[in-house]
This record gives sequence, C-alpha cells and structure tokens, in this order.
Amino acid sequence: MTVVAEPPPAPGAPARDTVSAYARRWLTDVRSGELGSLPIVVGLVVIAIVFQIQNDRFLTASNFVNLIVQTAPYAVIAMGVTFALLLGEIDLSIGFVSGVGGVMIALLLIPDGNELPTAVAFVVVLAAGLGIGVLHGLIITKVGVPSFVVTLAGLLAWNGVVLLLIGSRGTVILQNDFVIGLANDFMAPGLAWILAIACTALYAGVQLVRLRSRQKAGLASDPLVIIGLRIAGLGLALAIVVAVANQDRGVPYVGILVGGLLVCWSYVLNRTRFGRHVYAVGGNQEGARRAGINVDQVKIACFAIVSVMAVLGGIILASRLRSVDTNTGGGQALLYPIAAAVIGGTSLFGGRGTMKAALLGALVMISIDNGLGLMGLSSGTKFVVTGGVLLLAVTVDSISRRGREHSGRA
Amino acid sequence: MTDTPVLELHGVSKRFGAVQALFEVDFHVSNGEVMALVGDNGAGKSTLIKCIAGIYPFDAGEVRFDGETVHIHGPKDAARLGIEVVYQDLALCDNLDVVENMYLGRELVDGARRLDETTMEARAQDTLRGLSVTTLSSVRQTVAGLSGGQRQSVAVAKAVMWNSKLVILDEPTAALGVAQTRQVLELVKRLGEQGLAVILISHNLHDVFEVADSITVLRLGQNVAEFKRTETNQQQVVEAITAGKLSKVPGQQEALA
Repeated sequence: MTVVAEPPPAPGAPARDTVSAYARRWLTDVRSGELGSLPIVVGLVVIAIVFQIQNDRFLTASNFVNLIVQTAPYAVIAMGVTFALLLGEIDLSIGFVSGVGGVMIALLLIPDGNELPTAVAFVVVLAAGLGIGVLHGLIITKVGVPSFVVTLAGLLAWNGVVLLLIGSRGTVILQNDFVIGLANDFMAPGLAWILAIACTALYAGVQLVRLRSRQKAGLASDPLVIIGLRIAGLGLALAIVVAVANQDRGVPYVGILVGGLLVCWSYVLNRTRFGRHVYAVGGNQEGARRAGINVDQVKIACFAIVSVMAVLGGIILASRLRSVDTNTGGGQALLYPIAAAVIGGTSLFGGRGTMKAALLGALVMISIDNGLGLMGLSSGTKFVVTGGVLLLAVTVDSISRRGREHSGRA
Repeated sequence: MTDTPVLELHGVSKRFGAVQALFEVDFHVSNGEVMALVGDNGAGKSTLIKCIAGIYPFDAGEVRFDGETVHIHGPKDAARLGIEVVYQDLALCDNLDVVENMYLGRELVDGARRLDETTMEARAQDTLRGLSVTTLSSVRQTVAGLSGGQRQSVAVAKAVMWNSKLVILDEPTAALGVAQTRQVLELVKRLGEQGLAVILISHNLHDVFEVADSITVLRLGQNVAEFKRTETNQQQVVEAITAGKLSKVPGQQEALA
C-alpha cells in the first residue's frame, strides 16, 4: 500500500467519515489504480464534445433518443456477457445466440394462423436461451472443454441454426405490435417523470435504511453529504434523460427495460449469495471450491444468464430493425457487447466488473458508432476508430492494473 | 489446559498404493493446547491433517472427537465437528474484501435472501478484535491490498469464527518476514489462550518452540516422539525428526525400544 499518513484506526472504529477523509480516500484509490467509472465518464464527455463540434446534430434530443434505442440491445447482451467475464471465462456465441432469439421470436409470431400468443412466444424464446446457456455451461464444467472453444463452436453452430431457421425466406418482417413496440414505442411524458421520481425516492430510501442499519450496528458509514450527493446525482441524471427525451419522442420503453435489468442484475451480483459466489469463483476458483461453493453450478448458472440475456438482446435488436434476415446476430452483435463490458472496466481476467460498466461501455461504443455515422463516415472508418477506442480502454485498464500492483492491490 | 483431548487418533494408517503414508499413528490435542506437528518432508504431516480435515479417509484406526468415536467422510463432516484448516496457500479471494472472505461460502442472509452485510461486518470485526488483529485499517478493503501477515490473520480469523474447536494451521509463517511472523505467532498463542485446540505444522523449530505447548514428531509416517516443550530442547527434537526410532520398518517386525 502507499504511505499511510496517519495511524489507521482499529478496524471499524465506529466513526462516521468526514467528507474530506472520504475525498482523500477516493483520491488515494484513483492514484493506486482503483479508477472505478472515472475513465468512462470522462470518455463519454470527451466523445460528446468532439462529436458535437464535428456535427451539431449529435447532442440533439432526437439523436439522444436514438442513442438510447441503439444502445439498448448491446447493453443487454453486454450485461449478460459480464457474467462470463466475471468468472474469467468468455462467451463468443452471444452474437448468434442473440440472432437465434431474434429469428425465433419473428418466426413464432408470423401471423399465419399458427402463431403463438405473444407471451408464450417470449417464454419459449427465453427458455431456448436458457437451454443454450445450460448446454454451454454443462460442456464447459462437466466435460472440461475451455469456454473459448465451446462458445467458438457455438458461434459457428448457432450461426448455422439462424440460417436453418430463416431457410429460404431471406427476410422475415416483424408484424407483432408488442415486439415492434419494444424499441419503437415511447412513454407518455408524465409517466416518465413519475417513474424518474419514484426511482430516485426508492434509491434514497434504500440508501437511508442502509445508513441507519450501519449506524445502529456501530459500523463506519459514509458521510451524509456524500449520500445526499449520490441521491441528487441519480435524480439529476434521470431528470436530464427524461427532460431531453420528452422534447423529442419521449423515453423509449426499451430504456426502462434496460434500467430494470441493470437494477435487477446489480442486485443479484451485490446483494445475493449467488453474486458473491460469482466474484469468488472469478477471483480464486480453488479458494471458492474449498469454501464449499459449488463452482460448477455457479458457472452453469452464469452461462445460462449470458445466453438468456443474449436472446433478449436479440429480440430488442429485431424489434429495432423490425425484421430479421440471414445476417441476424452477425457482426456487431458479437464483438460490441464484449468490447462494451471491457471498455466499461470489466476485467477479462475475472473477478472485477459491474453491470453499470456494461451499460456505460455500450453507451460509449454506440455513441462513437452513432457520431461517426452522423459525420457520414464509412463503416471501414467506424471499425478502425471503434477498434482504437477498445484498445485505448484496455490500455487504461492494464495501466491501472499496473498501478494496483505497485500499490499492492492487484 | 484440560486433560481430556479434543481430538484423539489411535493407530491410524493411510496408504496410497504402495506408499504407506501413515502407519499406526497415535495423536492427540487438547483444548487450549498448541500442538506442533513436525517432521521432515514426506513424514506424513500433510497426509495426517488432510485425513483429519476429511479430504482423505483413514484406512484404519480410530478417531475420537470430544471423547466420542467419529467418522469423518468429507470436509463438511470436519467443519460440522468444529475442525477448521488454514491451508498454506490460504485460499482467500484477492478481489473480495476481508468480510466477504471471512464469510465466503457461509454468507448470512436475511428473510428476503439478501446478504446481511451489516451483521457480517459487525461480527467479522468482533472476531478480529477478539484476536487482537489491529493492523487492518478497514475490514472493507480487498485482500489484494493486505500484507502476508494480515492475510494470514484474516485466514485464521475466518477459521475461528465458526465456533470451531480445533484449528489446524499449515505452515502459517513459511512465507513471512520477521515482523509478520511475530504477528502470526502472537495470534497462534492467543488461539490457545482462548481455549481452542491448535495443531501447528511448521518446519521452523524456532517458531515451534516459541508457541507450542507440545510437539509431536512424525518420521516416515510414524509417530516417533512426543515432547512437552518445557521438558525438551531443539536438539532432541531434531534428533527425533532425523533419526527417531521407528516401531516398524515395512517388511520387518521390530520392537519399539
């Protein structure tokens, strides 16, 4: 560790940190390589400024809503694949698994008289995702084939399944209103405001209950000012999103879906035994095993989550494009989510990463994609720039990792 | 120190194929006693503790815990009896913080199956304070940032917080510097003072003589000597380790002198 200025208090001396102590600790963390969301937030601001200078349509309400809709599918898949990355594993099949999801929902809902009820179709498709993930997980854990190989095989095989399902149809146009509405319908302005306020209030409530229970147990707690700032920060961010989106078409429903999934999976990762075990397996598999954790079960569950989320992302992608074809699930659907998770700060070595990172990372990827598109650049240029950004993000991660090693935190 | 042993082994043996790893070993440790287990490489120290911890079954012999005959079929059985092992590589997760590591695999949850962080943190602190571990600045820092001695302390605290009766430490000071070795030895002493039975495996006789109450010497899978620390010296122990009389050389009967 770096030099400690003052003698550290006994563990958990029931002191409430002062704001200055909190700020100092944060600064020490950043210097020693615990960057958190800092680089990505800075990155987003830089991206916004650069593109706004190049093209003043970037920061308009209309493009903002576009960004939400475009980010959503990749954010969903990225959140899923984070579970594999947290284990120190990888899932390369997410692209075509999402393709399978999109194609299945389109085929099951073709209004030819045999179509399933919408809800049933969703259940069938999500169950298919679950089955795919469990299959991957079983082969990886019980047979012992590395996840890279299993999911590489999956990449090929599920691509084949997409082609087989589409058959000679070439392109299937989505005609189900609910599925299309997912990415193309927008909330009423008033409803969006109510939701934003409710979310902020809920967050404030959770934070205060937590503070109270920690104080009651005599544990160190964050200063009230910091908690206030966090609540205000969330409220402000939601207010900006709602206000800007309402100037245009409104907040897309898919934005709510992504927000809900973010909260839900963050809860699972941080507040449940399963989430704790995911981090433990990623950090030290042998240690986790000796602590009595069923490592195989955790891994299978994670790969199941990856595939279910991929399928869900595929449905959203299909909804946005209003159709599926033989290319569904190819190209960006594989690499953008993994890149997004990594750009957000999730380590490929396992054990470090958050859901928030996946969302922020996806936002960065799509902002660049969108901004370069507005500037009228070709996809060639887009890929080169996006590749550069990915490399930059991983470089920042490697350097901060070195910082952690220097300060003994790696 | 009480005289009824917590753990008693009578004539336990273990064979791996052609190798007789343990042969009719008698061993015991009592409440509040720090029993050092010493011996050269291959003497059977690790096999003995792995059998006690339930990783391997004994082939023969009797195991008595708290005076009753028990059969340990797996690590979970051992944990249920109150036997905890701190392995040499500690098995801590670097990316998790101190509290998370101490509760790993046994997390407390509240009614809604949500992790009960507050209770876990408070109890972890109590345990650490009870062991006078004062070198941690926060129980919410990740283990990656801890020194070797601090890690060992966390691993030991993790072992003792489950109402354990017997704590087995495998080479706890092997990779530590002078000051940190001192920290850990103090901790081992305190475990004994708190009434726990402790088995300490070590190559370092200096450490052994500092903290152990009794010393059991294994040689080639057999118990060749047992000493009270106050009644022996390092030379006697070294002699036992290198040339202790074996009751039986495989293939040949020989009376114990």
